[in-house]
Amino acid sequence: MIHSLFLINASGDIFLEKHWKSVVSRSVCDYFFEAQERASEAENVPPVIPTPHHYLLSVYRHKIFFVAVIQSEVPPLFVIEFLHRVVDTFQDYFGVCSEVMIKDNVVVVYEVLEEMLDNGFPLATESNILKELIKPPTILRTVVNTITGSTNVGDQLPTGQLSVVPWRRTGVKYTNNEAYFDVIEEIDAIIDKSGSTITAEIQGVIDACVKLTGMPDLTLSFMNPRLLDDVSFHPCVRFKRWESERILSFIPPDGNFRLLSYHVSAQNLVAIPVYVKHNISFRDNSSLGRFEITVGPKQTMGKTVEGVMVTSQMPKGVLNMTLTPSQGTHIFDPVTKLLSWDVGKINPQKLPSLKGSVSLQAGTSKPDENPTINLQFKIQQLAISGLKVNRLDMYGEKYKPFKGIKYMTKAGKFQVRT
Amino acid sequence: MAVAQLYWHLAPKSEAGIVSKSLVRLLRSNREVQYIVLQNIATMSIQRKGMFEPYLKSFYVRSTDPTMIKTLKLEILTSLANEANISTLLREFQTYVKSQDKQFAAATIQAIGRCATNITEVTDTCLNGLVCLLSNRDEIVVAESVVVIKKLLQTQPAHHGEIIKHMAKLLDNITVPVARASILWLIGEYCERVPKIAPDVLRKTAKSFTNEDDLVKLQILNLGAKLYLTNSKQTKLLTQYVLNLGKYDQSYDIRDRTRFIRQLIVPNEKSGALSKYAKKIFLAQKPAPLLESPFKDRDHFQLGTLSHTLNSRATGYLELSDWPEVAPDPSVRNVDVAESVRQHLFLNFFNLAADLEGLSLSSSSVIDVTTQVSVPTKTHELLHRMSGKGLAAHYHFSRQPGIFGDHMVSVQMTVTNTTDQKIENIHIGEKKLPPGMRMHEFNPIECLEPAGSVTVSMGIDFCDSTQTASFQLCTKDDHFNVSIQPPVGELLLPVTMSEKDFKKEQGMLTGMNETSATIAVAPQNSTRLVIIERVVKAANLGVVPSVEPSFNMNMFAAKTVHSGSLMLVTVELKESSTAQLIINTEKTVIGSVLLRELKPVLSQG
Repeated sequence: MIHSLFLINASGDIFLEKHWKSVVSRSVCDYFFEAQERASEAENVPPVIPTPHHYLLSVYRHKIFFVAVIQSEVPPLFVIEFLHRVVDTFQDYFGVCSEVMIKDNVVVVYEVLEEMLDNGFPLATESNILKELIKPPTILRTVVNTITGSTNVGDQLPTGQLSVVPWRRTGVKYTNNEAYFDVIEEIDAIIDKSGSTITAEIQGVIDACVKLTGMPDLTLSFMNPRLLDDVSFHPCVRFKRWESERILSFIPPDGNFRLLSYHVSAQNLVAIPVYVKHNISFRDNSSLGRFEITVGPKQTMGKTVEGVMVTSQMPKGVLNMTLTPSQGTHIFDPVTKLLSWDVGKINPQKLPSLKGSVSLQAGTSKPDENPTINLQFKIQQLAISGLKVNRLDMYGEKYKPFKGIKYMTKAGKFQVRT
Repeated sequence: MAVAQLYWHLAPKSEAGIVSKSLVRLLRSNREVQYIVLQNIATMSIQRKGMFEPYLKSFYVRSTDPTMIKTLKLEILTSLANEANISTLLREFQTYVKSQDKQFAAATIQAIGRCATNITEVTDTCLNGLVCLLSNRDEIVVAESVVVIKKLLQTQPAHHGEIIKHMAKLLDNITVPVARASILWLIGEYCERVPKIAPDVLRKTAKSFTNEDDLVKLQILNLGAKLYLTNSKQTKLLTQYVLNLGKYDQSYDIRDRTRFIRQLIVPNEKSGALSKYAKKIFLAQKPAPLLESPFKDRDHFQLGTLSHTLNSRATGYLELSDWPEVAPDPSVRNVDVAESVRQHLFLNFFNLAADLEGLSLSSSSVIDVTTQVSVPTKTHELLHRMSGKGLAAHYHFSRQPGIFGDHMVSVQMTVTNTTDQKIENIHIGEKKLPPGMRMHEFNPIECLEPAGSVTVSMGIDFCDSTQTASFQLCTKDDHFNVSIQPPVGELLLPVTMSEKDFKKEQGMLTGMNETSATIAVAPQNSTRLVIIERVVKAANLGVVPSVEPSFNMNMFAAKTVHSGSLMLVTVELKESSTAQLIINTEKTVIGSVLLRELKPVLSQG
């Protein structure tokens, strides 16, 4: 299985290595560096690289490459999922996964990696269990540890390992019992230059933050469960009940977790909340081209669109852009040719627009294709697919908890072709 | 992915389709997962297009995707193309061709070519589109289109003279070697259709021969040879000039080819037999190339494996074995219960016999039912004499196994006549039993004298649940509705087993099948005998003898009456008058109910 793990930063230095079987020398990473050089950008490095005696499987997150060394046949998705889980665990423990944080907390990182893999096979990867085994570092604990010389390693085996409900430890107590659910939907869409939708789909998740005492048994039902036909659940959900009655029945893990993720692909169900009116034309040879875009709300059911950010990758021949926005701030980076315009909230009465001119580098010809515009936005209290939660009941405990539900729609990969 | 692999390799075609939805959902995660899933989908979509056709739109390329993802998606789109969706796809392709990522644009053009060969209706439109692309400004695009047009033209050379002429005109502007070579080849191959242009092209390229790339030089030589053979009047000198240039070229490949061609085509006394056939050799019909997907051969690697991703065998890769010639005996799927019980009884007999003779067989774990260890004396009221108009009934569980059948719990009922007249024909009338429950009635009591009482037995199969069995107790004139709810301890039959077997069985029933609790033990309950006595009184369990009497650990074993699932109870005394009560059983519901019932038994006096 996984032989070793190397962490490589953006400038090509190996700053952490961990071996589970025999030590593999760093020279195996040279093949990785070769592939990195051949790829034009970090995103294009192939995730699977064969070398004479090993195979390198890598993931790229937070500007760090996590490279796993394998020696024999293994399903590559297995390794990749595991590597992503390692990154998520680090993020969970330290708040942010960056080279600096990892270097500061090297001891905890090594301990966690040791627990997660046993002789190269994944052992304990659930966040609750890991947190009981190796306690996350806080300032207080670090101070106490330095004084008393003890470590973060927990003293007891977590009780969760052997119980009926492995994702929830027993004996949880809170003074305020509350359960919050966030329905977050992301729209991915490609819009044509005439404004019609080429493709649109919604990817949604329901995240929960459950702080309840004891072992509660929750039941969540929806107004229109027929919307959810392509769903992936957290293992705590009882599937049979969903199949027969379309009701979610589960014993929740403690704290934050993702309850389910779903996908709505039927095009007629997706209402596109914003539109972009654009007028972009380039002209040859140092005469100025025109660049105008206006963003406006379409089907938002009356809710405001906020957090709007428009980015566009300009063709390489663009020299400079002089633009005036009616709202918000804009930046054009002449090195990466990236234009970004931070709009803020869209006021339906006065639609924000960005107008100006584009100049091309002398001697370059007009670019063939107009740049695509990528849009980011957030709409609060709206679930664009129309999903609505009906009720949430709690069984198994005697208190009355505080329940809350919030809806939000975000833009995923929302592209407008011009 | 593993599930998809399983379905793909094993399932019949009609069922394999359900994995496509989930695989497409997987595409929404990070790029490494996308990369691998897309590769697998590419292999799958070549063999079974229908699986992914409804999801065509999910494979549309976004401009923010990394290049390798874009090429993979393009690959899949091309495999999924058919007459119905080709027009939308072509429109998409046109957008992609204008993309800023030139490598991707080139791949798109190849994809258009592949679609054109596969779907004959659109071949002409594709060809026209590609020709328009020839006037594109970008060289790589033009070069790629030339190559693809060449391949397309080979499939139907008949009426494309115009295109060839057009391409000949472009020769001046194109600098990419592959493109130039392609155009020259085309002209040479169809030089009969463009008789006026071909020599002119030769003239121009002869002028620039020395500056050309090797690939192009080879083609110039070819062109020269073909023209010499067909049109030697105009081109003889030119060809000889070109051949001379080639003779002294730096690359030995060129020199070699020049020598070869010269011998073949220039008439000479010493020329060999082949020169007669020179015309046929050079101008033979060549078969059109097949434009194929690079994923075509990957399907002999199992989906989802490292070997599939790398398209080469990885160390430790195990081939999927072929379907067997003869279907293996399907009877291995039947777990034959009766068979095993009979075998058990047989073994029992042997054990008993051996014991009698003082021998002992090496035992497989023999689990059999013994007689009850103690019979509880607790009676429950079934019918009060007031509600029964003088007829009173009580019942208790006699814990006698097997009287009425394997699955029945035996209940003994005592009926008393408190009136001063005889009651006749006491029997059971209508039964309202929950589904699955059965009842074996007692024989009707003909006559009960005043102040007399009679005890009868009956059996009730509670189906391992504590639900009540309701029925009517009738006399000649009346009927009364009564019900019996069994305490959970009566749903069990004791079994004997050795401590070793107990531990083994307990080891197999862990995880969800185990419930435990820590209870406080009343001081008078802390000796082993008392514990055993109280526990067995509460529930019909059998005591497991411990080899080394550890006074702290008490084990009891039983099985449920209806289904025969094992119920293993352990009472382990700990310090400070607490004990740990552990129940291992498959019937978790009954286990937890039993746990609840046993707790007060030990903690109270």
